[in-house]
Amino acid sequence: MQEHDLTFVRAEMVIAQAPPRGERGLGSWLRRNLFASVGDTVLTIIGLLIVAYLLPPFIEWALVNAQWTGPDRSVCATVAQGGVQPDGWSGACWAFVQAKFGQFMFGRYPIDQRWRPILVAILFVALIVPMAMPRVPRKGLNAILLFLIFPVVAFFLLVGGVFGLPHVETPRWGGLLVTLALSYVGIVVSLPLGIIFALGRRSKMPVIKTACVVFIETVRGVPLVTVLFMASVMLPLFLPEGVTFDKFLRALIGVSLFAAAYMAEVVRGGLQAIPKGQYEGADSLGLGYWQKMILIILPQALKLVIPGIVNTFIGMFKDTSLVYIISMFDLLGVVRQNFSDATWASPQTPISGLVFAALIFWIFCFGMSRYSMFMERRLDTGRR
Amino acid sequence: MKHIAIGVLGAAALGLMASVASANTLDDVKAKGFIQCGVNTGLAGFAAPDDKGEWKGLDVDFCRAVAAAVFGDGSKVKFTPLTAKERFTALQSGEIDLLSRNTTWTINRDTALGLNFAGVTYYDGQGFMINAKKLPGVNSALQLSGAAVCVQAGTTTELNLADYFKANKMEYNPVVFEKLAEVNAAYDSGRCDVYTTDQSGLYGIRLTLKSPDDHVVLPEIISKEPLGPAVRQGDDQWFHIVRWTYYALLDAEELGVTQANVDEMKNSPNPKIKRMLGGETDTKIGTDLGLTNDWAVNIIKAVGNYGEIFDRNVGAGSPLKISRGLNALWTKGGLQYGMPIR
Repeated sequence: MQEHDLTFVRAEMVIAQAPPRGERGLGSWLRRNLFASVGDTVLTIIGLLIVAYLLPPFIEWALVNAQWTGPDRSVCATVAQGGVQPDGWSGACWAFVQAKFGQFMFGRYPIDQRWRPILVAILFVALIVPMAMPRVPRKGLNAILLFLIFPVVAFFLLVGGVFGLPHVETPRWGGLLVTLALSYVGIVVSLPLGIIFALGRRSKMPVIKTACVVFIETVRGVPLVTVLFMASVMLPLFLPEGVTFDKFLRALIGVSLFAAAYMAEVVRGGLQAIPKGQYEGADSLGLGYWQKMILIILPQALKLVIPGIVNTFIGMFKDTSLVYIISMFDLLGVVRQNFSDATWASPQTPISGLVFAALIFWIFCFGMSRYSMFMERRLDTGRR
Repeated sequence: MKHIAIGVLGAAALGLMASVASANTLDDVKAKGFIQCGVNTGLAGFAAPDDKGEWKGLDVDFCRAVAAAVFGDGSKVKFTPLTAKERFTALQSGEIDLLSRNTTWTINRDTALGLNFAGVTYYDGQGFMINAKKLPGVNSALQLSGAAVCVQAGTTTELNLADYFKANKMEYNPVVFEKLAEVNAAYDSGRCDVYTTDQSGLYGIRLTLKSPDDHVVLPEIISKEPLGPAVRQGDDQWFHIVRWTYYALLDAEELGVTQANVDEMKNSPNPKIKRMLGGETDTKIGTDLGLTNDWAVNIIKAVGNYGEIFDRNVGAGSPLKISRGLNALWTKGGLQYGMPIR
């Protein structure tokens, strides 16, 4: 063997060096992201101006000038309006929200019984959090608890009348309780029902197909407001005198059926996106219709339409406010109802209440939206 | 066996018919243990939830008064908040026993809609409010031709407005909303020039305006709005209970019987007071109504007399500070006149 006479042999890797000064740090980030071109610079400046114009007055209104506690409207009104604030004062009336907080959450649910909705909420969180975290095992048991056992427990806890719990009629429910109860039932009912309608609409059996098409098109063709209004104003006239039909149940049925019809169309979009080869592949394996759907088609189709499904959920969550038409008071309804309390009537009261309601709605909708994006990334196995 | 089956079916059918055809509201109410009372979904001073979520207001207190007359307990009442459109259906269908929802007494409602109005708990009238800064120089509703008028849908207010402008050959643009809070917001943000509703409402609305001093109520009152509780037709006993609850509230004020002094007033030498409070020997006033003889005592213990209800909810003791005006007793120049209890 002949020895090579090499002057330099590198025995180890070069230590990675930091990027040049101009390419790191805040300055570089700003340059690359905000001021990369003339157009970017102009847009950045316009954006900053808008923020500078809107944000300080809002912070001043919502935090600096805001009134956090107080017994009645006088803390939220200027002297000219019959209050104690100097003329020209403008600030949020969080005292109103604080005084009405219990009502915003539970409506007129009896105060000494409010531990019941709170307990339901704790149970719900205790079940939904492990359900939502992919790492936690025993998903099957969890799903049974959340979708089968929990509704029954929640029903008896909230309605009462058994096990020594006093009965609380649904007209006393309100606020976030109604919003969440309607949304939960709507979501739990509409997804499976929507899948069934979507499958039915693509079925080759004419009766099933026609029935599904008629249901979907009828429900989608009528505004929810109209149906709720009919259910509340017309339905009692057809029923014999004295027979009443719980308004909350009417709203639950209306909202669930509506969400199911929209859901069916979303799911149908997913079914149509699955290549024919997948259906044929399943057939060639000798799978029956339900095995084919459950094992092959639906897992792919539903994954594709997660954005659409969550979109429907968020839309429905906000649509629950329409129940004010039938004098049920969801979060927004209760907030607005309390504007008429003369003890708190002031120019700042309505806007403060609405900002609070908007914040609550936003927290829930944003949460659903972020979680759906997480699930999309996680389930995006085919294209990774 | 067959006979038993027929008997059971027959009994069931009879039971069903009885529950359907029952026109006796008092028995129904006593059987279920509370009065179902329809109130506004939210109107300052008349029906609005307080901080604890309990209903407060003049209409609400009237419901409590009827409950006190029937059960001796003003809390045996459940409230159904109703929108303007729902209210009559709710009463006709039997969903509620009593409608106490700032409802104007009109001939159409009394006849065609099959209601019976038991009295007038609040004499109201429709007025106009304008922003004097935006419309300088306007001091009469007759100058409002071409104005945009904010009004609530489905109310007599809307009809009166149309009548008034038509009668005076003026044009207007109605800006119609479903809820009072929406009308307020639209008016305060300047979407319309004129706000029209019952005068009692205008007082509540001024509390929520940015600069109440800029707004003036024009002198014209364009309608009579006698607001009162209503019941279904065809049940005179129930109608009489509601009507005489109202008169008892008025007579108590006239005779100086208040929530505080009702117990000592029972020993009053004044025969009128004694008669009203059931203190006469062998009195049958209460039992003739289908109630107990201390019905009036129960009412006043629960909610006070009419003056106290008025003061607490809409009058000087409330943020609204509405003066008694037409709602003063007849002895003080108003229209509230309680028929004699004897």
